[in-house]
Amino acid sequence: MTTKLFGEPVRRREDPRLLTGQGRYLDDLGGDALAAAFVRSPHAHARIRDIDVSAAIDVDGLVAIYTWEDLPALLAQPLPLLIPHPALTHGRTAHPLARDLVRHVGEPVVMVVARDRYLAEDACALIRVDYEILKPVVGVEEAAQSAQLVHGDVPGNVGAHLVQEVPSAAGLGAREAIETAPHTLAFRLDIERSASMPLEGRGVYARWDADDRSLRVYTSTQTSTSVRMAIAAKLGLPLPKVEVIAPDVGGGFGVKIVHPWPEEVLVPWAAILLDREVKWAEDRREHFVSSAHERAQVQSVRVGFDDDGRVLGLEVNILHDHGAYTPYGIIVPIITSTQLLGPYKIGAYRVEFSSIYTNTVQVTPYRGAGRPQAVFCMERTMDHIAAHLGADRTAVREVNFIRPDEFPYDQGLIFQDGRPLIYDSGDYPESLRMLKELIGWDSFPEAKAQAAAEGRRIGIGIGCYVEGTGVGPYEGGHVQITSDGRVHVSTGLTSQGQGHETVFAQIAAAELGVPLERVSVVTGDTRRFGYAVGTFASRAAVMSGNAIALACRKVREKALRIAADALEAAPGDLEIVDGEVRVLGAPGSSIPLATVAVLSNPLRYAFDEEAARATQFAGTSAFDRPPVEEGQEPGLEGRDYYSPLRSTFASGMHAAIVETDPLTAEIRILRYAVVHDCGNLINPMIVEGQIHGGVAQGVGGALYERMVYDEHGQLLNASFMDFLMPYATEIPRVETAHLQTPSPLNPLGIKGAGEAGVIPVSAVIASAIEDAEGIGIDRMPISPSDLFDLRRASTGRSTSET
Amino acid sequence: MKPPPFDYHAPRSVGEALETLAGAGEHGKVLAGGQSLIPMLNMRLAAPGHLVDINRLTELDTLDVEPGGVRVGALARHARVERSEEVAAAQPLLCQALRLVAHPVIRNRGTVVGSLVHADPAAELPAVLALLGGSVRLARPGAVRDVPAAGFFTGLLESAAEPGELAVSAFFPLLPPRSGTAFREVARRHGDYALAGVAALVGLDDDLRITAARVACVSVGPAPVLVDVTEACGHRPPASADWASAARAVQERTAPEADIHATADYRRHLTGVLAQQALRDAAREALDA
Ligand SMILES: Cc1cc2nc3c(=O)[nH]c(=O)nc-3n(C[C@H](O)[C@H](O)[C@H](O)COP(=O)(O)OP(=O)(O)OC[C@H]3O[C@@H](n4cnc5c(N)ncnc54)[C@H](O)[C@@H]3O)c2cc1C
Repeated sequence: MTTKLFGEPVRRREDPRLLTGQGRYLDDLGGDALAAAFVRSPHAHARIRDIDVSAAIDVDGLVAIYTWEDLPALLAQPLPLLIPHPALTHGRTAHPLARDLVRHVGEPVVMVVARDRYLAEDACALIRVDYEILKPVVGVEEAAQSAQLVHGDVPGNVGAHLVQEVPSAAGLGAREAIETAPHTLAFRLDIERSASMPLEGRGVYARWDADDRSLRVYTSTQTSTSVRMAIAAKLGLPLPKVEVIAPDVGGGFGVKIVHPWPEEVLVPWAAILLDREVKWAEDRREHFVSSAHERAQVQSVRVGFDDDGRVLGLEVNILHDHGAYTPYGIIVPIITSTQLLGPYKIGAYRVEFSSIYTNTVQVTPYRGAGRPQAVFCMERTMDHIAAHLGADRTAVREVNFIRPDEFPYDQGLIFQDGRPLIYDSGDYPESLRMLKELIGWDSFPEAKAQAAAEGRRIGIGIGCYVEGTGVGPYEGGHVQITSDGRVHVSTGLTSQGQGHETVFAQIAAAELGVPLERVSVVTGDTRRFGYAVGTFASRAAVMSGNAIALACRKVREKALRIAADALEAAPGDLEIVDGEVRVLGAPGSSIPLATVAVLSNPLRYAFDEEAARATQFAGTSAFDRPPVEEGQEPGLEGRDYYSPLRSTFASGMHAAIVETDPLTAEIRILRYAVVHDCGNLINPMIVEGQIHGGVAQGVGGALYERMVYDEHGQLLNASFMDFLMPYATEIPRVETAHLQTPSPLNPLGIKGAGEAGVIPVSAVIASAIEDAEGIGIDRMPISPSDLFDLRRASTGRSTSET
Repeated sequence: MKPPPFDYHAPRSVGEALETLAGAGEHGKVLAGGQSLIPMLNMRLAAPGHLVDINRLTELDTLDVEPGGVRVGALARHARVERSEEVAAAQPLLCQALRLVAHPVIRNRGTVVGSLVHADPAAELPAVLALLGGSVRLARPGAVRDVPAAGFFTGLLESAAEPGELAVSAFFPLLPPRSGTAFREVARRHGDYALAGVAALVGLDDDLRITAARVACVSVGPAPVLVDVTEACGHRPPASADWASAARAVQERTAPEADIHATADYRRHLTGVLAQQALRDAAREALDA
């Protein structure tokens, strides 16, 4: 690397655009398009007896009404099951429009297309759907025991069941190891539902070009390449005739990796059928009831340990609430059950999960993707052990850590990418040392005593995690230097505001030796790059970052070769600085990359003076070689892919100090500290921003957010009035420190950072509240009203007096 | 989330507004700051045939401190009232309460009178009007009436304003001498409607003994719950007043309901805690007055 750009806190180049209203989000496009709206099921479980659209026909501006019966054969089938797994014996997905049965409130039943969204909603309001209401199945434990079925052909509502078991070094199974351990504990944990809640909902805008018989679709997605393939397949179009573009996307957090959404195939289909532009922009209520949720699990834990707190055996049973459908397979519970082990060496481990259908919105990954539940389980376990032994909570963690010299460390499990769970690198003891220093762990007892003397209750909590990031299979990068000296970088995965434009430009500028301003970056546009997987699993920097670096190295090599010819020097004696190829030690002898780009493309026609230098009479070509040599291509561009052997494993530890009000039971976070290790930092400022945002979402999950379903399967808080996303006023200042243990698995030595912040927060806050209150916390989120109930239960008091 | 169709009217004078409203009758709705009405329209929870926008009626954009109290015109926004030093001096409870209403951007548009007519039991201003014994002035063509707070809040999201009537102003009586006020509440997030909240007013005699102690509670009934706790405080100086029994008296008068954010017990408990805190704060203010 020739420039110091890599590792610098470069300001986000996308911010001036995004923060001054210059962003182009889905609903900023297609101002003249027809609008789609949907009639969605008001019932959690019902049979559709009849759909009567007659009253809607008269709405002025109505264009079309579609039900399941109108769909062509390919679209009439259930949507794809994206990630099959042998344990997912009863995977089920929805139809784009409900056929006969609806299985959750919000399921789309009828699509209406009208001149604008107002009229489309007017028409929706006039469509009468006659439902035979069926008994809904709500609540994961209820569903696991219910005779009532969400899918008639899925016995016990069990979609998947998976057991993974790792014996101890001595060959003991987990049950045996627990039974023979000096100490054993058993307890139950609960985590409630939350959701990604991007500020921009989903949205699709389709343009059909009848002359060219080609389709362009803009969609607010985390994977435009895969949406493209899905649309081509579902609409029976040749792939080259379909373009999919993710415009500016106002947050994804996981929910937009699911695809194709019903709307993503229905809207393009209607656009073709009507030969008109059609757009659908999801509103907030639709997002609550018809996209996806996550988190809800009930866990039963049994653990055996020795006098030092060393875990000898751990057995975890997970009931995972999967909602009504499983389009994204069982990725979430797989991640929970494998990432549960965190930074620890567990003697023997047995984990079993059942993925249960309920008549609620489907469950797919939300930032953290099953890890917050996993970390809650493991970290509560560590705290239980410490409490049982009367030991310091950090000491118990310390004795269980994998040591720095034990990497690569094989946990003996199969991870979410279908490959072995082998940690690449890390230094957990150092991370803990840094965290204790940052938060002042050892001096906290004095602060606590001091607060108690003033009548205040404060508590400290800790949580550790390891996060598999940068999962495969691959990403690619394309880099082109044009004859004006500009560098055009593209990669197929998409951006939702993470700062890819900045980070990828930093990598390219550093690799190529060009000023940052000359580099432009395009993501998520299938016209520019057709092969990609998508943005999820904290993988963009690792996957596309390395692919772009590799592509740059190819371009650099080619540039040096061409420049070597022009400068009559050996390529090895050249360097690129500030966009100029120079002979090492002879700064006078140089050639701009722009000129190299001209020379890379032998021309017959000149359209400016620069180009004239590459034409056939310019005297630059040798007569004994063809203008484009064998094995070469014209142009100064390169493309490469990065496909890793395995995931990289980032890690971190958080600590918080909370205060609980003795009278009102309000919970306030006084301090929040994070030590974070994602290998080499490309841009520390962006990593910190990701951590801050993640912690904010984590605080939401710990103290505010829950999807409240009643026994009828109605979501009671489907608005921002009652689903409490924290405001900036609820988020503490986040203090961060970085540890860098580079990944040996990729050229840049990096690991993912996108999800990290959110992962341990519920565990940390539970730990801190438990410390402040002296009451066990086994369910999150926790509200003041919940804490009030816990206090009363623990003192046995039945009155509500102050 | 788009409203159903409606006819939009933007009258230029109060007279024209009254005529339009009278014509629309049952099917008309006043649009003031829109901070409560627009979400209800977008969620199709309200479907008025006629929307009468009063935002051009500058004659209602008034805020006057009169000898007996503060008169707030229908177009005076929360933010203006909150920041007025004259209002703060004449009736501090208004400013104390407004600081707890939503967030600055909402206070920039929402109106005090709109909040009263909307009559949300979790809202602060109805409790203020009830505690102070204020009134709302309602107009229709050729007729104006003042409805005292005691008769104004008739039920959950229901006020005495009849279809076709325009609330033109609200009146909040002055703070009597040797009196103090306070507003205490607990909300889940900064600026949210409160889980429970208590406005308190304490008055002292020349010997600095409590002669009046009243509270109004939010979120514990379909309308503000007014409780006189003068007796419970026992005519003593604030330092030796029995605030705890006053708080118990308040709790006994409340019948909160559970919702997804809090149990009824917790709300009742909070009301007791907040009543004590608000009464103490108000008494301190009264001593300083
Ligand atoms: C996110 C958010 C948080 C909020 N938090 C709080 C809070 O914590 N506490 C609180 O008290 N409020 C809160 N509010 C509500 C806010 O204070 C509203 O502005 C207020 O309740 C209504 O005032 P408005 O002028 O916006 O009325 P509008 O929304 O315009 O009207 C509300 C109702 O009153 C009627 N109306 C209004 N003015 C008149 C009139 N002059 N004559 C007859 N009828 C009339 C309308 O027809 C309508 O039915 C919040 C609002 C939002 C959006």
